[in-house]
Amino acid sequence: MNALIISAVFGVIMMFSGILLKNKGSIRAVAIAGVLLLLAANIAEMCSGPLFHIPVEGMLRFERFSLFFNNIVFVCTLVYFLLTARDMEKVGADYAEYFALIFFILAGTVMVASFTSLLILFLGIEIISIPLYILTGSDKKNLRSNEASLKYFLMGAFSTGLMLMGIALIYGSTGTFNTTLMSIGTKTPDLPAVAGMLLLLFSMSFKVSAAPFHFWTPDVYDGAPTVFTSIMATIVKVSVFIGFIRLFQDAFGHLHNTWQLWVAVVAALTLLIGNITAVFQQSVKRMLAYSSISQAGFMLLALFAMNSNAKEGILLYSLAYSLASIAIFAVLVRMADYSFEGFNGLARQQPLVAAVTTICILSLAGIPLTAGFISKFYMLSAVMLTGKYLWLVIFAVVMAAVSAYYYFRVIQAMYFKDGNATIEAGTGFKVLLVVVAVLIILVGTFPSSILYWLYF
Amino acid sequence: MPINYYIFLSIALFCIGIVGVLTRRNSIIVFMCIELMLNAVNLLFVAFSKMHHLAAEAAGTVNTAGTDGQLFVFFIMVVAAAEVSVGLAIIVMMYRNIHSVDVNFLNRLKH
Repeated sequence: MNALIISAVFGVIMMFSGILLKNKGSIRAVAIAGVLLLLAANIAEMCSGPLFHIPVEGMLRFERFSLFFNNIVFVCTLVYFLLTARDMEKVGADYAEYFALIFFILAGTVMVASFTSLLILFLGIEIISIPLYILTGSDKKNLRSNEASLKYFLMGAFSTGLMLMGIALIYGSTGTFNTTLMSIGTKTPDLPAVAGMLLLLFSMSFKVSAAPFHFWTPDVYDGAPTVFTSIMATIVKVSVFIGFIRLFQDAFGHLHNTWQLWVAVVAALTLLIGNITAVFQQSVKRMLAYSSISQAGFMLLALFAMNSNAKEGILLYSLAYSLASIAIFAVLVRMADYSFEGFNGLARQQPLVAAVTTICILSLAGIPLTAGFISKFYMLSAVMLTGKYLWLVIFAVVMAAVSAYYYFRVIQAMYFKDGNATIEAGTGFKVLLVVVAVLIILVGTFPSSILYWLYF
Repeated sequence: MPINYYIFLSIALFCIGIVGVLTRRNSIIVFMCIELMLNAVNLLFVAFSKMHHLAAEAAGTVNTAGTDGQLFVFFIMVVAAAEVSVGLAIIVMMYRNIHSVDVNFLNRLKH
C-alpha cells in the first residue's frame, strides 16, 4: 500500500519537477531519491505494516510474496536509474517526463503484483502498458521508434480486448471479480469460465511475449530506444509474470490439471522459438530481445509447476534476470555499434566493463555460481516436483545449452577478436557495474539469504 | 429477453472487431475495430450485471449484486479514453514522418 501511493505521487512530483527544475542532474537526483523512498517505505511495510490505512474492499492483498517482489522491482529500478538515467538525456528533451512515466509504471507493477480483483489486474496492466507505449515512441523523429510504438500499441490494445472478454465471460459465470471467491472448477466445468480462462491465458501470453504470441517482441524491443528496452524487457516483463502466476493460482487453481498441458506446450514453444531464432541474429540488441523470449519460457515453468519451489524460483529468477539484463543493456546503450562485431576488442580497451558484462552474460546463460544458474535450478526442480512431464525438464536443459552458443558469441567478440570497441565509462559507472556483478554472484552462492526475507 | 441474445450480439461484435484488426490495413480503422472489441465487452458486462442482479432479487436477497459489473464498464471507458489519446498521438507522430497511416509500413524492422 505504501509503495502504491508513493509511486503514484512521485509520478506527479516528477512531472512538476520538469517545470521547476531546469538542471537535468537535479531531476535525476529527485528520481533516485524517489526510488530510495519507495524501497524504504516498502521495507517498512514488510516489517511493521502499512503507513496508510485505506479500505481496499478486498481488491488488493499485500502479502509477504507481493511485498517481497516489490522490493525486487525497486532494487532493479534503482540499479536501472543509477546505471542508465544519464543516457535518457540523449533520447529527447522531455527528461523529467520519462521518469514520471517510469514511476507510473512502478505503480502499475505494484497493482499487478498484489491484486485480488480482476479489475485491479486490468487497471494495473493498463497502467503499465500506456506509459510504455509513450516511452517506446519517445524518439519521435526516428522511424524505427515510431514503428515500434505503433506496433506495440496495436498489439497491446488488441490483447487487452481479449483479456477483457475473458474477464467478462468469467464474471458472467461466477458473478464476482474477486479471484479468491471464484472457485472455478469446483462445480461442474462451465463453458464460459473455461473460455474466459483461455482468453486470459492468450492475452497474458501476449503481454509476457510467450510463443506463439511473441511476434511483436523482437520488433518492438529492437525499435524502442535502448534505455527503455531495458526496462521493458526486465522490470515490466517480470511484473506481468507475477500477475500471471497470481491469476492462475488464485482464480484457476482448481483447474490446474486442465491448463497444465497448455502451459507446458506454450513454455516448450517459447523456449524453442526464442533460443533457435536468437542464434541467427546479427545485432546484440535483437539477440537480447530473443533471449528475453527464451527467458520467458523458463519463467513459464514456474507457472506450469505452481508449487512453493516455483514461487521461490520466480522471485530469484526475476532478480537474477533483471539485474543481469539491466547491466548488459547499460553497457549496450553506450556502444556505438549494436552488432556483434561492435563488441570486438572491448576487453582490451575496457577490461573491467568487459569482465562485468561477461559475468552478467554467464548469469543469463545459467553457468554455476551465478544467480542465473540457481534460479534456473529452482525452476527445473519445481517442474521435477510435480512428477509429470519429465520431457519438459530435459527440453529446457537442452535449450539452455543452445542459449550458451549465442551468449558466448558476445564474450568471444570481447576477448578473442581484434577491434577497438570502446565506451565512455566513468568511475561511478564502473563501481556500480562491479556492485551488480558482486550481487549476481552473491545471490548465486547464497540464494537462501535472499529467500530468508520471504519467510522471516 | 433471455441473456443469450446479449451474449450472441456482443460475441458477434467482438468477432467483427477481431476480423477487422487482423485484415484492415489502415491503422485508424484497426484502431476503431479495437474500440469495437472493447465496447462489445462493455455490452456483455452490462448484460451480465443485470442478469446477476435479477438472479439475486429472485432469490430474495435484496443486495448490491451485479453493481460491480457496471462499475467495471466505467473503468473500461476511462482506460479506452486514455488509450485513444496515446494511440492517436502515436498515429499522428507516424503520419508526420511518413505521410501515411498504412500499417504495411510496419515491416521495416524485419530484415
